Amino acid sequence: MGVEIKVGMADLKVCVSPDSVTTLGLGSCVGIALRDPITKIGGLAHIMLPDSTMIRNNSNIPKFADTGIEELVRQVTLKGASRARLVAKIAGGAQMFGFGSASETVRVGERNVEATKKKLAQMKIPILAEDTGKNFGRTVIFYPETGDFVIRAVGKQEYKI
Amino acid sequence: MSGLNLDEMSNEYFDVLKELGNIGAGNATTALAQLMQTKVDMSVPRVQLLEFKELGEAMGGEELVMAGIYLAIEGDINGSIMFLLEKKAAKHLVGKLIGTTSEGDDFTEMEFSALKEVGNIITGAYLNSLSSITNLVVQPSVPDLTVDMAGAIISVPAIEFAALGDRMLMIQTQFFDEMVLDGFFILIPDLDSYGKMLGALGISL
Repeated sequence: MGVEIKVGMADLKVCVSPDSVTTLGLGSCVGIALRDPITKIGGLAHIMLPDSTMIRNNSNIPKFADTGIEELVRQVTLKGASRARLVAKIAGGAQMFGFGSASETVRVGERNVEATKKKLAQMKIPILAEDTGKNFGRTVIFYPETGDFVIRAVGKQEYKI
Repeated sequence: MSGLNLDEMSNEYFDVLKELGNIGAGNATTALAQLMQTKVDMSVPRVQLLEFKELGEAMGGEELVMAGIYLAIEGDINGSIMFLLEKKAAKHLVGKLIGTTSEGDDFTEMEFSALKEVGNIITGAYLNSLSSITNLVVQPSVPDLTVDMAGAIISVPAIEFAALGDRMLMIQTQFFDEMVLDGFFILIPDLDSYGKMLGALGISL
């Protein structure tokens, strides 16, 4: 059994099989798992906002989808993953509250997912699976050995994508 | 307006926000006691400015199931307010309020709407004190309630703070009746409203 490495909010970590990476209680934030299936090197980012260019104070790299994904790619390749073989799985981006659904704040989960997909497409990293949106929190654990992205939610059976 | 940055907040601002939090939580406790028609005591609130990765732990763990009540506020102060309570404590509270406690872990529809009302009264009392101290108009929206993992609920205000800086201001208050109820208030004024609030108290930015 490997070690389970914890990723906080606005944080990212790299790991090598048999270790795994996890982030607890994802709400409107998005968890992005990357993996090189050959070297079994992977990583997980927990981003909070879609776009660093929209914010003046943007030095916190893992806080944003655009800069966070770039940095995660940089760190997994530095660890020995092949840039060309990288594949992704994503989860989170829930809408935790429903009021005034026109409000930008409430829709931030959806915008985080859109920005994540856009950035991954731009970097030509295919998304193999996703479990995004809806209205519930998710704990995720990513295993670079198998590529399994295990998801736990309150009142639901654990499942994987 | 204003270059107010929570990351570089001076002690003076912090003390003022802390004091606003204290008074607000005190008012909320009084309202809670009236509602329950019992004596409710309150600990001195703990005001913390936390980094995002510290939030989960500060609340007792990201996966702890909590009830979160969230309201938008409008008027002179714009933004939102959230009140969080551990699920067990929430169940105890509504049980006392409606006189019966349902079996099992989940909330019945009636308990759910009672809990919404409790949240409404608690946050309302908090906002009232804020309004009367600052003399600013604060208009709350209809509350929205969710029961889920602490981390997932807290992500909503955290994201709002994330647009301003790298920390979040959180006020933790313990209420006691027969049991300890750990409550968390998070006031999320937008950037302009911070300036207005502090300005109303005679502190210039």
